[in-house]
Amino acid sequence: MTVESTAAREEARRSGTGGKRAAASGEPSTSRSASPGGGKGRAAQGAGNKQGAAKKKPAAKKAPAKSGKQAKGSAAQPGGDDFVQLLTPEGERVHHPSYDVDLSDEELRGLYRDMVLTRRFDAEATSLQRQGELGLWASLLGQEAAQIGSGRALRTDDYVFPTYREHGVAWCRDVDPTLLLGMFRGVNNGGWDPNTNNFHLYTIVIGSQVLHATGYAMGVAKDGADSAVVAYFGDGASSQGDVAEAFTFASVYNAPVVFFCQNNQWAISEPTDRQTRVPIYRRADGFGFPGVRVDGNDVLACLAVTKAAVERARTGEGPMLIEAFTYRMGAHTTSDDPTRYRTDEEHASWEAKDPIARLRGYLEREGRADEAYFAAVEEESEAMGKHVREAIRTMPDPDTMAIFENVYADGHALVDEERAQFARYLSSFADAPAAGSTQGGH
Amino acid sequence: MAATTAPAARKLPIAKAINESLRAAMEADPKVLVMGEDVGKLGGVFRVTDGLQKDFGEERVIDTPLAESGIVGTAIGMALRGYRPVVEIQFDGFVFPAYDQIVTQLAKMHARALGKVKVPVVIRIPYAGGIGAVEHHSESPEALFAHVAGLKCVSPSNSADAYWMLRQAIECDDPVIFFEPKRRYWEKGEVDPAAIPGPLHQAKVAKEGTALTLAAYGPMVKVCLEAAAAAEEEGNSLEVVDLRSISPIDFDTVQRSVEKTRRLVTVHEAPVFLGSGAEVAARLTERCFYHLEAPVLRVGGFHAPYPPARLEDEYLPGLDRVLDAVDRALAY
Ligand SMILES: Cc1ncc(C[n+]2csc(CCOP(=O)(O)OP(=O)(O)O)c2C)c(N)n1
Ligand SMILES: [Mg+2]
Repeated sequence: MTVESTAAREEARRSGTGGKRAAASGEPSTSRSASPGGGKGRAAQGAGNKQGAAKKKPAAKKAPAKSGKQAKGSAAQPGGDDFVQLLTPEGERVHHPSYDVDLSDEELRGLYRDMVLTRRFDAEATSLQRQGELGLWASLLGQEAAQIGSGRALRTDDYVFPTYREHGVAWCRDVDPTLLLGMFRGVNNGGWDPNTNNFHLYTIVIGSQVLHATGYAMGVAKDGADSAVVAYFGDGASSQGDVAEAFTFASVYNAPVVFFCQNNQWAISEPTDRQTRVPIYRRADGFGFPGVRVDGNDVLACLAVTKAAVERARTGEGPMLIEAFTYRMGAHTTSDDPTRYRTDEEHASWEAKDPIARLRGYLEREGRADEAYFAAVEEESEAMGKHVREAIRTMPDPDTMAIFENVYADGHALVDEERAQFARYLSSFADAPAAGSTQGGH
Repeated sequence: MAATTAPAARKLPIAKAINESLRAAMEADPKVLVMGEDVGKLGGVFRVTDGLQKDFGEERVIDTPLAESGIVGTAIGMALRGYRPVVEIQFDGFVFPAYDQIVTQLAKMHARALGKVKVPVVIRIPYAGGIGAVEHHSESPEALFAHVAGLKCVSPSNSADAYWMLRQAIECDDPVIFFEPKRRYWEKGEVDPAAIPGPLHQAKVAKEGTALTLAAYGPMVKVCLEAAAAAEEEGNSLEVVDLRSISPIDFDTVQRSVEKTRRLVTVHEAPVFLGSGAEVAARLTERCFYHLEAPVLRVGGFHAPYPPARLEDEYLPGLDRVLDAVDRALAY
């Protein structure tokens, strides 16, 4: 399975923390200006580099330096060091004092492909909902960079706890995209083995999975493994008690967990200022671990910051909160009507920051990808759309008796009794065809 | 209660009847507040609170942070301060972060304060299945609340009851969990705001009959009425009792019915095991032992998680499952 406890990993973890897990409460910050990524000049790992930075000193336990003023809701915007951006909306490569990535052309093109295919899959699912093939769909449109950037920062032995919108992260974890549709089609309530790809089930009850991620991370630490765990959640979820409690546990036990909050500005109809008066990343401060706001529409920045956070976790430096500042371009779900609560202008202003367009602009300008490449990705995305459409149309409905399956691991007399009764009841319709189809009463 | 404005009787869907009820309650009493996720600008995900924030302002129709324990906990505090909060929980499955506040605080505060404080909080929960939703959007957790002393639990089945029972719940000085049958939100019925409603916790005979009593509430009343109509064609006259209240339960009305029909079948979507039907069966067996011609049978959900949408028609007790139980009871 997932938890590796090789001697090598234990050694790496020990050397990162001096044996005891770091962050004794009340311990003063070692360096006020040090960034959570490990301070100025810390070269971030390139994508695909799977080596933990084992010998690194523990980073500061304070949130990043506040650039002068007390940030209000709108602070940490482009321009300041509090907002990590490596690629401007115009596709211009910029640098940040604490976070960077050095990617090959191939790796850059890979991120582009990931985002395009993810968006295509998502669009396909939305249209399948319109056609009645799915009961519901929660679109990730606009959040591709946050999900691909963070997802590609992980190793296979890391573990992800998603919400219901992490289709891009699932893609990075190699989860078959058509599996994501089952729950939305109504054929199952989960539908995959979380341990196959270290990608837990989608979680609908807001905030719950953040505690599970923290507990899983506590287990990883107990095992002496150097895997990291990532908890995804939204701006709305940041209000839940479960999330605050997860922060507390992660901090007190110095758990190797990364809290990845996609602040997409909305929790259904409620804007982020209904949830918080300080930027979400600054909440970390009060819990005693670093928090960073990253341009969530910048795949490079999301990759760089998540890599740094994951390395911290591996080396025993404890949790970190990443707030990916992004936007939910679509409706909350296919059941939602955003025209009731938000403006076209706001939507348009975010359209100009599109994550895919900016990376493409960069790739084109720098000559890192040619027309043939873009055409090939386009073709691949057409094929993926076709594959998804075919898969959904052939997805079997569950067997009725599946109602009674897997209720308990060790069985239960009442379930057995009800299963048998229900089977008898259903077979009583066998001699009278058609009678069985009038179930439901609505 | 004296409605300040009494518009003429109208046919309204249940969702709209609840909306009108909230509106009338807020007009009648400035202390009535509406709180919940997305209840303001959006008007709730089912539009039940549509237009209320526009008319009563953000001080009285409050879009809360996404935190159910916070919603109920602060509603308790506001009730202690003299307000009458009507809280919306977006879906049945999302009440559980607030379950601690409801069970350990809301239910017991009046008793702990020796009756000196009242906590008139109403918690509205769209509940039960039938809308093809993803998980946690279709459950029937009423027994988990009815089991707790200090809480009252009700569930209307039609527009008039939705309107009046909510007004009565808001006027009630005890906490009331108000279960709204979400799959019936769009079904219309006559609402007369000038009517004089019966007591909140009184059951009603929804259809008279002689051969057997079906006792149900909320979304299953309609199924029972349809079952009664189908049975009528086969020559069996069923009586349907709409319990309306799950805590307390009006056993007297059920008893009167069973003394006449001599047979009883309880129906709810919630799992049969330790459900409200079990309580009705036990009480009625005690009260009507010598009248009964058959054991009290129960129709309901299974001891299994609510299934994915494509199985819910099989999972939910429908016409056939009710009639199957009716046949078995009549066969004694
Ligand atoms: C405990 C709980 N309460 C309410 C809901 C209903 N609900 C589903 S999504 C949502 C908003 C979530 O917002 P956010 O955390 O920002 O995530 P996003 O949907 O924007 O990705 C709400 C209120 C829920 N699923 N769980
Ligand atoms: Mg959000």
